[in-house]
Amino acid sequence: MERDLTARLSAAARASLRWEAGLGLLVIAIIIFGAVTSPQFLTSVNFFNTGVSSGEIAIMALPMTLIIISGEIDLSVASILGMSSALLGYLWARHWPMLAIFVMVALLGIVAGLINGLLVTRVGLPSLAVTIGTLALYRGVALILLGPNTISNFPAGYTNIGINPLPGTQIPYNVAIFVVLAVIFGIVLHFTATGRSIYAMGASPEAALFAGIRVKRVKTMLYVISGLVCALAGVLWTFRLATAVQNNGLGLELDVVAIVLLGGVSIFGGKGTLAGVVLAVIAFAALQNALLLTNFNQEATGIVIGALLLVSVFAPNAAALLHGLPRWARGRPRRAAPSP
Amino acid sequence: MRRTVRRALWAPVVLLSASALVAACSSSGGSSSASGSSSSGSSSSGALKKGLKVYVIPKNLGNPYFTLADSVKTGGALAALGTLGETGTETSGTAATPASQIPAIQAAITKGANALIVSATDPSALCPTLKSAMAKGITVVTYDSDAPSCRDIFINQASSQAIGESEVDLLAKEIHDSGEIGIVSAAASATNQNTWIGYMKQELKKYPKMKLVSTVYGNDDPTTATQVTQGLLQHYPNLKGIISPTTVGILAAAQVLDTSKYKGKVALTGLGTPVAMKKYVEDGTVQSFELWNPANLGYLAAYAAVNFASKKITGASGQTLSAGKLGSFTIGADHTILLGPPLVFTKSNINNYNSWGF
Amino acid sequence: MTSTVTERAGSAATPGSGSRRLTERVFRIRESGIIAVFLVFVGVTTAIHPEFLNQQNLQFLLVNTVVYALLALGETMVVISRNVDLSIGSVLGLSAYVSAGLFKPHPGIPIPVVFLVGLGIGLACGMANGLMVALGRVPSLVVTLATLYIIRGIDILIVGGNEVTAQTLPNSFANIPRANVLGVPYLAIAVAVVIGAGAYYLRSFRSGRELYAIGSNPEAARLAGIPTGRRIFTAFTVSGAIAGVAGVLWAAQYQTVDSTAGTGYELTVISAVVVGGVAIFGGSGSAVGAAVGALLLSSITSALNVLGISQLWLEAISGFLLLLAITLDRIISLRLQAALRRRSAGVGT
Repeated sequence: MERDLTARLSAAARASLRWEAGLGLLVIAIIIFGAVTSPQFLTSVNFFNTGVSSGEIAIMALPMTLIIISGEIDLSVASILGMSSALLGYLWARHWPMLAIFVMVALLGIVAGLINGLLVTRVGLPSLAVTIGTLALYRGVALILLGPNTISNFPAGYTNIGINPLPGTQIPYNVAIFVVLAVIFGIVLHFTATGRSIYAMGASPEAALFAGIRVKRVKTMLYVISGLVCALAGVLWTFRLATAVQNNGLGLELDVVAIVLLGGVSIFGGKGTLAGVVLAVIAFAALQNALLLTNFNQEATGIVIGALLLVSVFAPNAAALLHGLPRWARGRPRRAAPSP
Repeated sequence: MRRTVRRALWAPVVLLSASALVAACSSSGGSSSASGSSSSGSSSSGALKKGLKVYVIPKNLGNPYFTLADSVKTGGALAALGTLGETGTETSGTAATPASQIPAIQAAITKGANALIVSATDPSALCPTLKSAMAKGITVVTYDSDAPSCRDIFINQASSQAIGESEVDLLAKEIHDSGEIGIVSAAASATNQNTWIGYMKQELKKYPKMKLVSTVYGNDDPTTATQVTQGLLQHYPNLKGIISPTTVGILAAAQVLDTSKYKGKVALTGLGTPVAMKKYVEDGTVQSFELWNPANLGYLAAYAAVNFASKKITGASGQTLSAGKLGSFTIGADHTILLGPPLVFTKSNINNYNSWGF
Repeated sequence: MTSTVTERAGSAATPGSGSRRLTERVFRIRESGIIAVFLVFVGVTTAIHPEFLNQQNLQFLLVNTVVYALLALGETMVVISRNVDLSIGSVLGLSAYVSAGLFKPHPGIPIPVVFLVGLGIGLACGMANGLMVALGRVPSLVVTLATLYIIRGIDILIVGGNEVTAQTLPNSFANIPRANVLGVPYLAIAVAVVIGAGAYYLRSFRSGRELYAIGSNPEAARLAGIPTGRRIFTAFTVSGAIAGVAGVLWAAQYQTVDSTAGTGYELTVISAVVVGGVAIFGGSGSAVGAAVGALLLSSITSALNVLGISQLWLEAISGFLLLLAITLDRIISLRLQAALRRRSAGVGT
């Protein structure tokens, strides 16, 4: 059984390599497209703008990658962002010191992730349904906390992360945080035993269990980390926009999932790399930016994203598709069944 | 073997990030190439500049109200820009949120905008971006929805006080100055609506026999607006009137009244567009409602932006702005120009506005 | 083993049928469970505020639920087969605008034609989804997420900044949600009939039952001779067609249609379906349960508004209820599994 698991994993690794190569080419193609169609595309200011607008989504994509590879999903990410933004505003309006607020927001993220994790692992509920429920629940908490109020009197020292880059460079703060987190997550996923166990439980939950992997504990940890990271994203979002309001981040979850899927991570689990997701983040952000700069009809951006997503699932299957077509058209199973 | 394969994967990523970092760190000295201020101190009594790059950035694209305000066909902002010989482009996101609008603003700045005409999705979230635009010498004019202290000029469609007061007065006339009333608003955090509601409450003090029993929030979503209106009617069986200062809300409320036993028994007024509301006015569900002329709003905003960018006005109180077919306007306090009093639509005049549609 | 799956309901006492009767009973229990919850909820709310159950509010409630209940029917078929259709909101929006938009340039157009146009749009989108999922054997979550973006994008392009306005719609169309008999809207009755037909199909027709088999164990279903590709294609096509018709009804209900119609409906419908007892991993659940789930969610919204409870609590309450529903389902299914294990241990082979 262990050999099967190993064989499956190395096949997955080879497939991922093909996918990243394709993604890398896509990123290069997008960059060339952007550079050719707009003289401002390759400027450092434009890089700053692009980074600032997509930083939080990129950050949230990192733990989502691990969760999807492990065979689950987390649709509550944007609501955790909104909830932590609401708590930040709520406490700031009541004159709490910022450091204490950070601690509380981190705790909130951990608790939110813990609830998700426990419902999925201990109660055994399907993560899609659970996180649709917590998506509404956490957004509701944000609504209850802030109500109709908007808090926007944050000190300039914090809100400047939206306009000032890291001193000495043109890199926005949230991109720097993303890079650091990406390296950490990448190391954990690809170079540690925990990372290998995440692949294993996604590829085959039973085999992983029998191989001695503590599936429940690892999955719960993944959700907790996701909650914490999304809370961080919520803080960054709030400061960047200098505003805490209950609908911060509304609807972002599908974008995050789309990016992770674009990165070559299989929705079934067990396949995908962090490098692929990083490339997908770059592709997504660069494409949106290039389209904006070329006066492309913004109303059609969704079509482009959707088309890319379709390509991301069909390309790997293209070969298998052509092979399997005649059989499906006849409606017969692979093995002939005895007639009833 | 797997390890070496994996390590090889990092190479392209590292290369890519490295090149990006190099591009980022190479201080190309700062901002975008053509920030286009070819102005070198021309005097204020010169002709208006031509060939300015002006970007019109409504709250979102695909919004019928902003299509009225901006498009060439209705005589809105882009039409004015065309008349003045400028290059006008409309851009924005599709979700009416700051996160969706800011990239469009940034892209406009990057592409060398000389002026921005913005309807702010949030009064404070856009400030960092707008302020940095102003620091680069780009004219920032807000219209319809303001971002106070982060713009050069604000074009106000109608004074908030006038809107709040006239809404209450319109309703009071219909319900004979007495009875319970409710408000169907937009999002709970919508600044415009909250300001207007504040003035409504003040005006209500003039009508001691009228009582505001509840404010519900339709979130500018037809389904939610419908449900909260129904709930309002059911919870307050003695309700006499509803004010809905949002075009989505008034339509939903009109639809609810039109298809229920409350038709004719509960009065409805608010802010709505004439073409969309025509049916309800003609069949008696709504007696009167109001708005302003969105196309004129956009038109005026365009003239203000071009005049400011040409340094003919500085936005100081008391200056005069000459706005083409709309005539002359005097700039008021806080760099604000008022379009005029709200327009009231009733059965008798609603057919004059059939061109406000497509 | 294969014969039990492919026979009509109520066959002779073969070894597996005892368990099947047990699962049938659990179906009914889960269905009656959600109905019971609904009745209790309505009862409590009416006790607090009798206006909740007056004729007017009942009409409001039923008309509000019609679109969601229809969408829930289509989504149920898809979810039972272990798939998901996220594109229904976008399909509804596109259908609503295009079909209702026909009245302005063609004022005399017969209403059935408008419905056919909506149906056609939905059918085309559903078939596209079905082809990609069944033929391409790719995960439906990804495909329908992509078509959600693509169809909404097409809708936004077509609509631009326009909207369909109420006065272009003829009275006969606008009155569709209003017409009623003895206070019950015709529309609600019609939709109830459709849902009943759908439930009957799922329960009593071979192709319907095969959806359950595919959802329980796709590989086994395929090996047993079920044409899984064709069934899944049909499920998505029906889901799309239903969303198309729902779009026309949406336009009749709200009468003003712009490019945002139907945004966000997919998650609400999936919540309704799950609350109504349909397992998200497929294999169990009923269309009636899903429709009652939609009705329950509508009633909760209505109740909160009627009772004057702050809207701010609505979202949190909905989320909490969903979690409660799936937890309960889990407990029930664990008990069921244990019971089935005990039974088959006694039966042999």
